[in-house]
Amino acid sequence: MVNMRNDFEKSIVVNGLVRKFGSFTAVDNISFDVMRGEIFGFLGPNGSGKSTTIRMLCGILEPSGGSASVLGYDIATQAEEIKKHIGYMSQKFSLYDDLTVNENLDFFGGIYGLKGQRLAERKNFVLEMAGLKGRENELTANLSTGWKQRLALGSAIIHEPKMVFLDEPTAGVDPVSRRNFWDMLYQMAEAGTTLFVTTHYMDEAEHCHRLGFIYQGRIIALGTPDQLRSKHIRGDIVEIAIDTSQEALQAISKAPGVEEAYFYGATIHAKVASAERDAKPIERHLANQGFKNFSVQAVQPSLEDVFVSLMEWA
Amino acid sequence: MSRVLLLAKKEVLQLLRDKRMLPLLFIAPIIQLIMFGYVVQTEVKHIGVIVADSDRSVESQIIADKLTNAGYFEIIKRVDGEQKVAACIRSGEATIGLIIPKGFQDNIKSGQTAELMLVVDGSDATTGMQAQQYALGVIAARSQEIVSQRLDSMKAITAKVSSVEPRIRVWYNPDLKSVNYMVPGLIGMILTLIITILTSMAIVKERERGTLEQLIVTPIERWELILGKILPFIVIAFVEIALILGVGVFWFKVPFRGNIFLLLALCIAFLFTIVGLGLLASTMSRTQHQAQMTAWFLNMPAVMLSGFIFPIENMPKVIQLVTYVVPLRYFLVIVRGIFLKGVGLEALWEQVLMLSILGLLIFSISIFRFQKRFAD
Repeated sequence: MVNMRNDFEKSIVVNGLVRKFGSFTAVDNISFDVMRGEIFGFLGPNGSGKSTTIRMLCGILEPSGGSASVLGYDIATQAEEIKKHIGYMSQKFSLYDDLTVNENLDFFGGIYGLKGQRLAERKNFVLEMAGLKGRENELTANLSTGWKQRLALGSAIIHEPKMVFLDEPTAGVDPVSRRNFWDMLYQMAEAGTTLFVTTHYMDEAEHCHRLGFIYQGRIIALGTPDQLRSKHIRGDIVEIAIDTSQEALQAISKAPGVEEAYFYGATIHAKVASAERDAKPIERHLANQGFKNFSVQAVQPSLEDVFVSLMEWA
Repeated sequence: MSRVLLLAKKEVLQLLRDKRMLPLLFIAPIIQLIMFGYVVQTEVKHIGVIVADSDRSVESQIIADKLTNAGYFEIIKRVDGEQKVAACIRSGEATIGLIIPKGFQDNIKSGQTAELMLVVDGSDATTGMQAQQYALGVIAARSQEIVSQRLDSMKAITAKVSSVEPRIRVWYNPDLKSVNYMVPGLIGMILTLIITILTSMAIVKERERGTLEQLIVTPIERWELILGKILPFIVIAFVEIALILGVGVFWFKVPFRGNIFLLLALCIAFLFTIVGLGLLASTMSRTQHQAQMTAWFLNMPAVMLSGFIFPIENMPKVIQLVTYVVPLRYFLVIVRGIFLKGVGLEALWEQVLMLSILGLLIFSISIFRFQKRFAD
């Protein structure tokens, strides 16, 4: 055990973890590992057990069964150790709005036991990283959402944790800020920090090294984005660029060979057994239905397609 | 321990920045002091009287004069018929109607019992009661006078009539000034109202904003969190105590006869109960509004049943039993005792014991509940 703590390769080891609330099983016997320096994306619809899992891994919720360790510390018996060595950032902006940037960093740094020279160094690092140099004395409430997120991340890593949990860190943040935010995450991962991220954005999921899908408390898929794409999509995806409407969706759903159709951005995606075989019949079907100005083409399945497909099976 | 101070410092910073809360904290007690000091006068003065004197005699005039001389009554109107009395009381012009029937003086002269009628407006029970008591006193005194005059005039030297006459001496508050009674009590009342609400809101605010979630994933321990949250409010409480004491002693000239340090020490015991109640309210609430309401609902009965305004002795027996669990009840006795009587632990130990037990109990329960509900 002692050995593992020093040179572990796995930041998180989860083994048959269970959490029940009364008769409801929120997390149902899940197992997975997260490697050191990895960005692990944890995906799943609301209420699927994501937050419950994170809370257990952070040592603030006791598991009902199974075991898990974070950075080599057991979540059931060494929660206090875990708390010292992890960073946590939640979807809700959780710094103090009525304190300045500087005061927030002082506070959280102090809570983690930083002081004097070291605190000053770390604060400097965080300000630099978040691009908040020169704005130390601004009230946090006056920062825009994107800045707040970066400050929140900065404050979550002020004590240089080896492992950071991010629970939907970019919810409600504009695309440019999200981009910047992910750049920061990459830098951290390269520096050897392990990141455990939940997100609703599929483009963000693509950025992760590995992904786990949780649905109704169970892990239903686990692997790199590429692995998931090849393993969990049976058949092909056809993209129909069409004036998106309920009628169009209905028509495509009823087209021959279509297993399932759903809106995908400004287009509609249809899952078919073979794009080569089924694209033409769909085109004809739509033309017969009186649709004009549309195009049908086979596309690479995206993670969103994987997600939809996984939901269908589960 | 350094985390406790860190948290306390943060709390103070936030409070100082709260432009709505801060003035409220220190202005509200002053306003309450002034309100209770000036407005709440339990002794009733200038009670309106309507006199319907059908006798128009010397005797009826004497009774009326005696009423006004006592300083409590003011004759609003003199009318002839009884009917007008009802109208005058109904409109609220007068609280008391004094109806003196024809033949009042004749009855006295002839040595018979002379009757008169008092109509009391009971819609304001407090004033009505007091008015009735004052009026009875005045009339009884006159009655006594008449009796002794008659005895004198009968030269009844042989038949000595003995009587009992009370000599009243009021201790501690000789003028029975209600402000002397109110101000010490206000320390308990104001602390109850402000500190409970403040404590509960401060914790719920963190929960509401999501910062509590952030705090519990840090290595901060629960006791550090609770202590760090409470500490600033203990300090604020003492500032308020100083404020109330200062205004009470220097402005309202309420005498302070006891040991200030004993009072402050016992304030800590009391603070345990109210901070505990605040914590308790915070465990029952999700939002600051709920916390405020919960604290209010815990406080209202506490103040009512404490004896702050309504004497506990006057309450129904069952309710009296309930008052035994109201911390303010004991604190009021303590604070009034130290303030006005200058007594020490030798006289107050029972109250102190009860207060400490309650403090410990409430505080432990609330901490226990707080621990349990902490992470939800």
